[in-house]
Amino acid sequence: MKTLIAARMERCIGCQSCSLACARLVHKRLSWFTAGIRIGSSGGISTGFEARVCLACDPPPCAEACPTGALTPRKSDGGVKQDRGLCIRCGKCVAACPVGAIVQDELDNPYMCLHCGRCVPYCPHDCLEMAEKGQAHVVQEVAE
Amino acid sequence: MIRPHFRVLLVDLTTRKTHIENVPGREIWLGGSGLAALLYEKYGDPAAPWSDPAQPLIFAIGPLTGYFPLMSKTVCSFLSPYHGQYTESHAGGRSALALRFADMDALVVTGKAARPCVLCVGAKNMEIMDAPFLWGKDVFTTGKMIRNMLPGSGTRSIMRIGPAGETGCAYACINVDTYRHFGRMGSGAVMGSKNLKAIAIQGDSSFPLPEGKEYAKVFKEIYEQLTETTMMSKYHDLGTAGNVAALNELKSLPWRNLQATTDPGIDGISGERFAKDMLLRNTACAGCPVGCIHIGFLREKFMADNRYLYRQVAYDYEPIFSLGSMLGMTDGFGVLGLMDCVEREGLDCMSSGVALAWATEALQKGHVTETETLTPLHFGEAEGYKTAIHHLGVGTNEFYRRLAQGTMKAAKHYRGEDYACVLGQEMAGYATGETFFVSESLSFRHSHLDSSAYSADQKPQEKDAPKIVAGFVKDEASRTVLTSMVGCLFARAVYSTERLQQALNALGYADVAAGLDTAGGAIQRLRWRLRMRSGYAPMQAKIPKRYAEVVTWKGPIDTQFMETLRQAYAAKIMEMGQEE
Repeated sequence: MKTLIAARMERCIGCQSCSLACARLVHKRLSWFTAGIRIGSSGGISTGFEARVCLACDPPPCAEACPTGALTPRKSDGGVKQDRGLCIRCGKCVAACPVGAIVQDELDNPYMCLHCGRCVPYCPHDCLEMAEKGQAHVVQEVAE
Repeated sequence: MIRPHFRVLLVDLTTRKTHIENVPGREIWLGGSGLAALLYEKYGDPAAPWSDPAQPLIFAIGPLTGYFPLMSKTVCSFLSPYHGQYTESHAGGRSALALRFADMDALVVTGKAARPCVLCVGAKNMEIMDAPFLWGKDVFTTGKMIRNMLPGSGTRSIMRIGPAGETGCAYACINVDTYRHFGRMGSGAVMGSKNLKAIAIQGDSSFPLPEGKEYAKVFKEIYEQLTETTMMSKYHDLGTAGNVAALNELKSLPWRNLQATTDPGIDGISGERFAKDMLLRNTACAGCPVGCIHIGFLREKFMADNRYLYRQVAYDYEPIFSLGSMLGMTDGFGVLGLMDCVEREGLDCMSSGVALAWATEALQKGHVTETETLTPLHFGEAEGYKTAIHHLGVGTNEFYRRLAQGTMKAAKHYRGEDYACVLGQEMAGYATGETFFVSESLSFRHSHLDSSAYSADQKPQEKDAPKIVAGFVKDEASRTVLTSMVGCLFARAVYSTERLQQALNALGYADVAAGLDTAGGAIQRLRWRLRMRSGYAPMQAKIPKRYAEVVTWKGPIDTQFMETLRQAYAAKIMEMGQEE
C-alpha cells in the first residue's frame, strides 16, 4: 500500500498548506493542528522545517495501545485505519506514538495521518509524496 | 471562527487583567484595517500623546483570515511615535493564523507593565510573565529565548522588539517570527513604552468548516489561480528584488541619498545577483503557498585560522534599496550584513538606511562631524554603517537619539532639510517621479503600498492632477478592503471584489459581501478622521528640495506639476477626513 512520505522536507517553506488541507479536506476543520501532518520549525524558523507525520510503523504501536479497536493496522506496509465510532478518546495512541505524530484536540479526539494523500497536491515545493515504502523519489527533478 | 460580531481580547498591562468583548459592526468595518480603526476610535484617545499608557496597540485580522490562501496578514494600528498620529502597519509570518486559532478577531493591548514583560495569549491561555532578563536583548536572542520558555512550536507566533523599541526609536519595528515585521511608523516603540518585550500568540484551537460545498469550491479555484497560473510567479522567483535592476534601468532607483537614480554598480546588488550568489532558500507566511520570503546566506570569518560563522538574512526589494543603493553599496554580501544588523536592533530597514544616507551626506557637507556620528560614514563602506546601526538602535548619543526620532527632525536641527529623503517618513525605494513623491508624502501610511503611484510613474501619463488624485482615492479604498480581509497586497490581482464576495458568501458572510462596495470608502474615511483628530495637516506636508533635483527616465522633475498635484491630493484628504 502506498504511504505518505515527507521525502523532501529540506524544500519546505513552512506555509502549512498541507496541514490546513488535511484538516479541511479529511477532518472538515479549519486548523493547522488537528491534522495528520503538522509542520514546525526544527528549532526556530532559521533552521528549516520538519513534518510531524506518521512514519507507518509496522506493526503500529498506536494500534497495539488502542483499547477499543478504533485503530487497526492497515492491510500492509504499516500505518493505521481509524474507526472514529469506536474511539473513547483515552489518548493511549498519543502516548504510544514514538515520534509524536498523533495529537488530540480540545475534546480529546485524536488526529493521525491515514495515508490518504490528499495533502500532497497542496505542497507548492513537492515535499510530499505517496509511494510504496522505501520507494520515495529522493530527487525527482533537475532544475533548469 | 465565523461569527457576526468581532471577538476582541483586551489586555490591560497595568492591572494585568484581560477582558473579552463582543463588538458589533462586521458588516460595516469588515475586519483588519476597518476593525483596527473602529477599535482605536473606541479605546484610543487621538488627543493624548502616543506614549500615554492608556493608548491601545491593536492587532486585527479579518473574516477571511486562515480560511483562504494568502489571507495571512495582520493589521497593527496605533498612535505613531513618528508623527504622533494614527497609523497602521502590516505583517504576516504566523501572526494572522495564530490570532485566528487563538479565536480572536483582534487583540488590544493597553496600559503599561511595571516591569519588562512578555504577554502570552491563546484560546485557553492568558499570562503576563515578568521578563526583565530579556530587556536589552536583540531580536534574535529574544526570539530564541521565548521559543524555549513557552510551548506551541509550529502553532504560535512570537512578536518581539529589539533595543530600538526599548529606547523609543520612532521607527522601531515589531519583529514577527524572525523574518517578517510590522516595520514602519514605530510600532516597536509603542511596545517598548508599555514595557512589553514580546507577545506570543498560541493558535491552539480549531473550528468546524462552513456547511455545504461552496467553500471547498471557492477555495480550490483560488488556490489553483494562485499556484497554477503565473500571477504570483514573480514573487517567488526573484521576489521583489527582481525590481532592483529594472528600476535602476529606468533611472528610478535612489542611490547615495538620492544623489543619483542609476548606477553601473547595480550588478552587485540586483535581484539576479542575490538569487545566483546569495539565495539560500525561501520561506512563507502560514497559509501562503507562494513563499515570497527570500533568505540570503552570509558567511563571515570572525577569527583567524578559518573560524567562520553563517547568518541567514531575509532580503527584499526595499532593504536592498535602503541598505544597498541608498548607501552606495554595490556588494550584495555587504548589504546582507547591514540587513542583519538592522534586524538585530529591531529597526525598520527602510527608515534606518535612509537616515544613515542622510547622515553620510551631512558628514560630507560638514553639517555634522564625526564627533556626532562617532564613526566614519562613507557611501559604499559597510563597516561604518554597521557601527552606526548599533548606535541608532541603542541611542548612544544625542545625534543618534535625534536621528532615531526621524531624519527630518534631525535634519532640521543640523540644517540639512534640503537633502533629507523624507516623504512623510523616510522614503521607500521609488525615485519614479512626481506621482509617487506626492502619494508617499501625503498618503495614510506614507507607504509605497498605499497606492500604485510608483507603477503609474513608470508609464507615460497625462499630467492631470484631478484624475490622478481620483486614482489615489479609488486605489486606497480598494486596497483598504483587501487589508480588512486581511489579504496580502501581493494577491491583489487575484482577490478582485467579485472574488472577495464569493469567498465571504462561502463563509456565510452574505451581509458583509453585499456591503463590500461601500465598506472601502467608509473605512477609508474613518482612518482619515482618526488621522486628522490626532493632528494631521496634509496641506503643510512639504516635499524636500532633493526631490526637485531628481532626474528619471522622463527627465527632470516637473516641480510645478508636483506642487499642483500635492495641493490637490492634500485638499482631497482634508475632505475625506472631515467629521461626518
